[in-house]
Amino acid sequence: MTLKQGLSLSLAATVIALVSACGKQEPPPLPKAEAPKPAEQIVTVKIGHVAPLTGGIAHLGKDNENGARLAIEEANARGVTLGGTKVKFDIVPEDDQADPKVGTTVAQKLVDAKVAGVVGHLNSGTSIPASSIYSQAGIPMISGSATNPKFTEQGFKGVFRVVGRDDQQGPAVANYLASQSKPKVVAVLDDATAYGEGLANEVEKTLKAAGIKVLPREKGTDKTIDWKAVLTKIKGKKPDAIFYGGMDATGGPLLKQGRELGIKAVFSFGDGACTDKMSELAGQAADGLICSQAGIPVQAASKRFLDGYKAKFNIDPILYAPFTYDAANLLIAAMVKANSAEPAKYLPELTKIGFEGASGRIEFDEKGDRKDAEMTIFTMKGGKITPIAIIKSGKTMSVEDYMKMAGAAPAPAAPVAATEAPKAPEKK
Amino acid sequence: MDIFLQQLINGLTAGSVYAVVALGYTMVYGIIQLINFAHGEVVMIGAMVAFSVIMALAGAQPGLPPVVIVLAGVAAAVPVCMAVGYLLERLAYRPLRHAPRLAPLITAIGMSIVLQHLALLIWSRDPIAFPQIIPLQVFEIGGAAITGVQIAIMLVSVVMMAGLSAMIYRTRLGAAMRATAENPHVASLMGVDIDRVIAVTFLIGAALAAVAGVMVGTYYGIAHYTMGATLGLKAFSAAVLGGIGNMAGAMLGGLLLGVVEALGAGYVGELTDLCHASFLSDALVERCARDGHLILFGSNYQDVFAFLVLILVLVFRPSGLLGERVADRA
Repeated sequence: MTLKQGLSLSLAATVIALVSACGKQEPPPLPKAEAPKPAEQIVTVKIGHVAPLTGGIAHLGKDNENGARLAIEEANARGVTLGGTKVKFDIVPEDDQADPKVGTTVAQKLVDAKVAGVVGHLNSGTSIPASSIYSQAGIPMISGSATNPKFTEQGFKGVFRVVGRDDQQGPAVANYLASQSKPKVVAVLDDATAYGEGLANEVEKTLKAAGIKVLPREKGTDKTIDWKAVLTKIKGKKPDAIFYGGMDATGGPLLKQGRELGIKAVFSFGDGACTDKMSELAGQAADGLICSQAGIPVQAASKRFLDGYKAKFNIDPILYAPFTYDAANLLIAAMVKANSAEPAKYLPELTKIGFEGASGRIEFDEKGDRKDAEMTIFTMKGGKITPIAIIKSGKTMSVEDYMKMAGAAPAPAAPVAATEAPKAPEKK
Repeated sequence: MDIFLQQLINGLTAGSVYAVVALGYTMVYGIIQLINFAHGEVVMIGAMVAFSVIMALAGAQPGLPPVVIVLAGVAAAVPVCMAVGYLLERLAYRPLRHAPRLAPLITAIGMSIVLQHLALLIWSRDPIAFPQIIPLQVFEIGGAAITGVQIAIMLVSVVMMAGLSAMIYRTRLGAAMRATAENPHVASLMGVDIDRVIAVTFLIGAALAAVAGVMVGTYYGIAHYTMGATLGLKAFSAAVLGGIGNMAGAMLGGLLLGVVEALGAGYVGELTDLCHASFLSDALVERCARDGHLILFGSNYQDVFAFLVLILVLVFRPSGLLGERVADRA
């Protein structure tokens, strides 16, 4: 343990003692000899952040961390007082390598370090196992990007997310497909993973409800790159649209081979294949695909956030940064409301919070899911995925209309999504 | 009918690649009775090296015709793979040539893991996309589509197989290889340099693997550090199907396996649709009226066919379709 960590740990211990004392409206006890006596008492509140900072989606992990960091530094700059004591928020960044095993290890590490709350994790696969550890320790966690429904379905207290769920995403993309492309026959494929199959099931259900004929499900695996046999079979049934629940590494070859076989149908995908990688893998064939992502496109986030992020990190946010920014701000706002950084005190405030964030208004339902979460539909244009519609409260609107409604200024000339490949986190 | 023809074309393309990779397995087995389980990884390295070169060239010299860029990729991949093949033989197999047969098998698996992780370190765990330099050309044959890349793959495979056969049966080196395969001890007494023949066998196998790697990568447009495992296993199945140790068998086995796989994936769903037999029970009738289908085995069983075929062949004809000797326990 480094000196710095040791110091912050002892400070944190002091904080907890102080804060809990303050919550009871008692005069703060004098700190022991370990802490010097500054003129004004400043205590440190630690907020953990977990995302993969190494490996294939490290850039997304860093993006998430930057979002949380921005929120925390802004809070420090404007100065927050809890229970009559000035506090300084400290971010504790951890790397879970997108690995569920590492995810639980760092979760335990953060619990041991006595963080007041956690922003993260990035992946559903790491967030789900980690949530039980935080929940047992009574530490609230807010993920800005875990979309698997199971995350908030475990009955844990203090588990929240500020993005939509996969079971909202399936209906969203299916409805868009049904209303815009007006297909008569749709082929639905998946990669036989929990994510892919779950999403494909939701899409199939929605399409059938809209009176569209759905062909018998075809399946590959999460490693299938030879789709020719399956596609040839599908081609014989002449579908107007094809939906694939899976990742870009398998979806790209699927799309490419479909066009090679002369299939003219509209190809549509979930967030796993809603990335610029699709055009790398499928080339020209990728243009015109339809895909969905949970949440709003990054360029539709509030201008204040976008400007602040750019000024601070000198790059544009990539994907989920507005959500981790909001997640960190939510933790801080709840602490301010409860006038305490103690999880047990501010958690009730968090569950009933109403907050205007960079990604719009945030309220949680009883499970910890964001009420009325948005979904965004993208299309591929010239090798870049471009948002074309935002779905909120069952209503489909164009991105411009959404931004007008949200009161945000129009996006800058160069949209953020165009600068770097947005890539959905791997679903495991 | 056009669907059937399309599946046949799909199968023959994949089968050509299997055949070329299977040749590498069968040649090595024919000579030293070793299953070189690292052969699939050599294919993967071929694809990776070629992709790196093709990407660099396509970025630096966008004006070059695609064929030239791909050939440059092949030209880079072949020597690298040959070096890997030679090192494999020199480091992992030669010291164990007289050891119990299980030992080189274990080192083969070990080398396969080493090569895979080496590739992971060099090329990362992200799938690499093949640069989109080849314009999509689709030709129509009887209602079925065939792309320029597919035609090229089949042609190159045929040329390579023909060239290899000519080398084995028409040259002195080929004669030495056949002699070594028949009886290494006697061959060495007759003045054949066994070590050299075995090394050359590995070099040729690796060169074929390099070309196969480029073919499979170009065809699917993607390369990944784990791509060698499944491909290697399927090619190995193809070699056993045709009779391991037998060159013509490997080619036949590869093509057959590709076709069986494509037809299997294409038709298994319809063949195992229980609704064709809905007279069996009322519950089935009801279910079929609602969903229209009740499919027992879907197209995700595509990969299973290769191994189903392998098991069936081993049960009913252990020496393979064209095998002369009874295959040893591999």
